[in-house]
Amino acid sequence: MSTVTHTSGPARSDTAPPDRPPTDRSAKDVGNGFGGRIFNGFSHLFLAVWAIMVVYPLLWVVMSALKTDSEVIREPLSLLPDALQWDNFARAWTAGIDSFFLNTLLVLVFSVTLTMLLGSMAAYALARYEFRGNRLIYWMFLSGLTLPIYLAAVPLFKGVYNTGVSLPLLGPNKHLMLILVYVAWSLSFTIFFMHSFFRTLPDSIAEAAQVDGASHTRTFFSVMLPMAKPGLISIGIFNVLGQWNQWYLPTLLMQSVSGEPKNQVIAQGLIELSVNQGYKSDWSGLFAGVTMAMLPVLIVYIVFQRQVQSGLTAGVSK
Amino acid sequence: MRHGVARFVTGFLALPVALYLFYVVWPFAQAAGYSLTDWGGYSDSQRFVGLDNYVRLFSDELIRKAFWHNVFFLVTVPLFTIALALFLAFLLNVGGREDRAGIRGVFGSGMYKVIFFFPQVLSLVVIAVMWQQIYRTDGQGLINGLLIKIGLVDADNPIAFTADPEPFLGVPAVLWWLLFIAVWSGAGFYMVLFSAAMQSIPKDIYEAAILDGAGRFHTFFKVTLPLLRDSVSVAWVYLGFIALDMYALVFVMTPSQGGPNHASEIFASVIQFNAFQKGQFGYACAIAVALAIFTILLAALQLRITRRERIEF
Repeated sequence: MSTVTHTSGPARSDTAPPDRPPTDRSAKDVGNGFGGRIFNGFSHLFLAVWAIMVVYPLLWVVMSALKTDSEVIREPLSLLPDALQWDNFARAWTAGIDSFFLNTLLVLVFSVTLTMLLGSMAAYALARYEFRGNRLIYWMFLSGLTLPIYLAAVPLFKGVYNTGVSLPLLGPNKHLMLILVYVAWSLSFTIFFMHSFFRTLPDSIAEAAQVDGASHTRTFFSVMLPMAKPGLISIGIFNVLGQWNQWYLPTLLMQSVSGEPKNQVIAQGLIELSVNQGYKSDWSGLFAGVTMAMLPVLIVYIVFQRQVQSGLTAGVSK
Repeated sequence: MRHGVARFVTGFLALPVALYLFYVVWPFAQAAGYSLTDWGGYSDSQRFVGLDNYVRLFSDELIRKAFWHNVFFLVTVPLFTIALALFLAFLLNVGGREDRAGIRGVFGSGMYKVIFFFPQVLSLVVIAVMWQQIYRTDGQGLINGLLIKIGLVDADNPIAFTADPEPFLGVPAVLWWLLFIAVWSGAGFYMVLFSAAMQSIPKDIYEAAILDGAGRFHTFFKVTLPLLRDSVSVAWVYLGFIALDMYALVFVMTPSQGGPNHASEIFASVIQFNAFQKGQFGYACAIAVALAIFTILLAALQLRITRRERIEF
């Protein structure tokens, strides 16, 4: 349709093109005084526009969740509902979000704990002990970072299916299976990150502990692990967010055949909700579902924003 | 002291290695094996066909499309995200007023950082479902509704967004709309990353530059930007991986998961389509192996290009 090329001009200009406006670069003497003030004003303007572009859609979703369906259709743009419709949340909650939520929590409690425990144990053994095969195992874990998950998809699906025949708890659509899969797929990055962290810890303290008669295991749990706390917090945040947001592995492995209990996680729940509420034209219910999936993470982030920001950026810059 | 080390190491590594071998390494290895067969996935019959699947891959129209769409994202996602993130970081750190202490960050920069980071903590699926509503193709959508209200768009002929296969600059419009979401959600994170890198540059470098009479633009382009090289190249590598992983958006937002009319097909969606819709597991595995080789070559290339002496402060 030609309307797209036609309208994308104005649409793009208020979505802030990333190229720098040439007028500012030519102003060389911007520093004090007039030029500096203009630039300061421009900075504020641009930053404010981008802030609105980030916040407005989120706010729109939350406020639409509090409208009636007819209001969503009649007044889609308004941010102020006539009356707050809290029962949209109740409807979305009972339409399936409740069990999706609990499933996700249940899986995450175990998968994140286990990821952190196994990941730092393996990273510690690999970082601080010399033995044959050390490099080989380390590179094996690292290779998982570059290979695309889609390569493993088909055999993984098949493997889980086959395991389920003899060990039902590890079959498709089972919490335990998803926990183990999450752990396995999170190990690469956790080990990579913690490995470099354990490397930087001084030898002298571990040696002192062992002179005092602590076993290797004891040294790890009561001396080295507490010392690695900053690293653990970073990678912990990374894993919580990563696994909470995981959608591909669950869609692949957690499809419930009719009659089976619904064990799906929140990401699948949202996809399902967006399809179902679309059929039912229950828009406010859909917005309520998205809001419920969105708010907990946002609130946790706002409370711990410093830790989350440094945790996630440290995860990248290591 | 030495005795017990072997037992300790084995004890610590056994479980993680076993899990990893079973759920990660073994599927990867199997995929490589299946790619040489004509296995359909649901039956037990599989015949060794050698490299047939790989030969077929090169003449597959769908794969050619997916390949170019992946290349499109691979170039545009890092480019636009990094440019915007650098620009925002620049405004945030240099946009303030100048006083005796030098050029300051803009007022309220802490708050901006918190806000810009929001999309990073949301899952791709939440973002996709949310943007599905924003991109609605009638007046009920946020963008169409807004544009109709101010008269820029005809209510009978709204923007089609992700249902629009028409090329814009030679690339289907749907991909541009998906790109916009990727940039929207990524810019804040990299802005925070670049900001942190900027702040770790020692003050005396700036003082020296100011003494030499450099203004804020000069300082930024001649001093700050070159020193950010490391962070930018790291960001480029990570965004490259994200660009290969646009599947969540394609899966939720495009008609028939790669449509309309295969206009937003990417590697991942072609693999999924061949494996689970057409029941050609062997062929799907061959595509995946090709994607893996592509990814590894790309990572190696990026490491080569971005390798350079580190500047220690």
